[in-house]
Amino acid sequence: MLLQSGIEDNEIIQGFIEAIRLIITLDPTVVEITIRSLTVSLTATFFASLIALPLGALIYFKDFRGKRGVINTLQTLYAMPTVIVGLVAFLLLSRNGPFGFLGLLFTPQGMIVAQTLLIIPLITGLTVAAMSNIEREMRYTIISMGASTLQSIWTVLREVRFAIFTAVLIGFGRAIAEVGTVLLVGGNIRGYTRVLTTAISLNTSMGNFTLSIALGIILLGVALLVNVALNLVQQR
Amino acid sequence: MTNLITARGVSKAYGDLQVLEGIDLDVREGEILGIIGPSGSGKSTLLRLLDLIEPPTSGDITVLGENARDEGRSLKLRRRMGMLFQKPIVFNTSVYQNVALGLQYRRLDRRETERRVRDALKAVGLSQYITSQARDLSGGEQQRVALSRVLITQPEVLLLDEPTANLDPTSTATIERIVRAMNQEHGMTVVMNTHDLLQGQRLSNRVAVMIEGRIAQVGPPREVFQSPRSRAIASFVGIENILRGRILSRGDDLTEVEVNGHTILSKRVVTDGTDDVDVLIRGEDIDLLREEPAGHPRDVFPGTITSIESNGPYVGMMVDCGGFSLMVRMTARLEAEREFDTDMTAFVAFRPRVVHVLPAKMLEP
Repeated sequence: MLLQSGIEDNEIIQGFIEAIRLIITLDPTVVEITIRSLTVSLTATFFASLIALPLGALIYFKDFRGKRGVINTLQTLYAMPTVIVGLVAFLLLSRNGPFGFLGLLFTPQGMIVAQTLLIIPLITGLTVAAMSNIEREMRYTIISMGASTLQSIWTVLREVRFAIFTAVLIGFGRAIAEVGTVLLVGGNIRGYTRVLTTAISLNTSMGNFTLSIALGIILLGVALLVNVALNLVQQR
Repeated sequence: MTNLITARGVSKAYGDLQVLEGIDLDVREGEILGIIGPSGSGKSTLLRLLDLIEPPTSGDITVLGENARDEGRSLKLRRRMGMLFQKPIVFNTSVYQNVALGLQYRRLDRRETERRVRDALKAVGLSQYITSQARDLSGGEQQRVALSRVLITQPEVLLLDEPTANLDPTSTATIERIVRAMNQEHGMTVVMNTHDLLQGQRLSNRVAVMIEGRIAQVGPPREVFQSPRSRAIASFVGIENILRGRILSRGDDLTEVEVNGHTILSKRVVTDGTDDVDVLIRGEDIDLLREEPAGHPRDVFPGTITSIESNGPYVGMMVDCGGFSLMVRMTARLEAEREFDTDMTAFVAFRPRVVHVLPAKMLEP
């Protein structure tokens, strides 16, 4: 009896039970925040990949002065604090900033821009690293077979497709899990720019653990899915 | 005879590292040109330059009558050649995709590509693997995939960079058979790097020897192997006995050379007027006997066997003739018949026509 009342009184355990109910019953708030989170981060990953993959290939293929420095800088940016990227994006997009006229501050589009900026260095750097695993003889083989520059890039990208896919997944993982940029650039506006991480942050600070835990479980689930996908890819 | 590739004064450096220097070389239409030389002599770099994969640091390369001055022209010329590398390189796709790649670069239509891939795989005996993943094949099979990927584009010049260096004897024989057939039946011009002297002799119409980034000698295999033009070439082509000597007398037929107090007769003398010479004798051209042989003129020296080394079907014996030592090679069967042993006294004998005499300064490194 004592044990049972202990469980019933425990706020965290109650929170868990309630959270699972929210997920199972597809609570509209939970669903809406999850969909927005996925949409923003997937879109950011898409645009970042669009820029980072060719950029990484270009850095790999072209020999230029300061190439090593560029790669080192990219690797440093892997660990760039998200609030710093958020701050830079905020300044760029704010009314008085150079891109203020676009009116993207405190919009989901603005959040996409910020997350894209955040993960471009990561995907670019990992793309260069993936391509660096290509043996010199394979590069020679591709050239000797009569590939044009574009065909060479395409062949190498295809050859390291699993490593590239890993790079994109890691980029997505960083985007969906971060709170700094979306909080600063999105403003955590309910029903408009609120995503999983910002919602958890807000609800926890308000003592509303139930929703926080529900959203936390979903975020963990997404992370788990990414991890499973990574494992599958790396086994290839 | 038309030259398909000519290199004139070609040098290549990577930073401070000078890999090739002053290369002059012609590749004649329809020939198999073997490039032999020790590892690190620059053979692979030369082949990449001839295939226009990399530009030379200086000098000119003309391919199929054209000078490849810009990338656009290089690409067109490269598509008329094919190169196979030492390491079997296959892409992480199916065997079909691997072989089809060169044709896809050339934008050949799908039906023709498929027909040619099937034919090419049949030619190298890999039809059954057409849908397999190329990486799942053995090293020898992967190299055959790589070869068919090159041959499918019907290159006018085939460049082979140590194509059988990592392969088992069966796979080596298959690759050699295909290369020979391509040359003899289709008139394909072949340039092949190898450090395998026997392979160089077996397949080539001409041999170029590369030593330390330079072409040291070019000629028919017999000439290069029998009459090397320098000490470095001599030791690379496996001439074990190189002795320093001095010419005593020059006759119409025979030349007498003094080597550490002994007189050696030679019928093959290249001279520049100086008397300081090197004497080259192949180990397999020397006979070793238990009794002093009868008959003249012939170089015969008594000596003591200091070592006997077995090397498969052959035996190498070092004989100290008092003043110089000679390495003698003979079949293991003959050696067993004659019952040689170390510390035994025996007679080395060779004919003056196997003694190759060169001015000593030619053999300076």
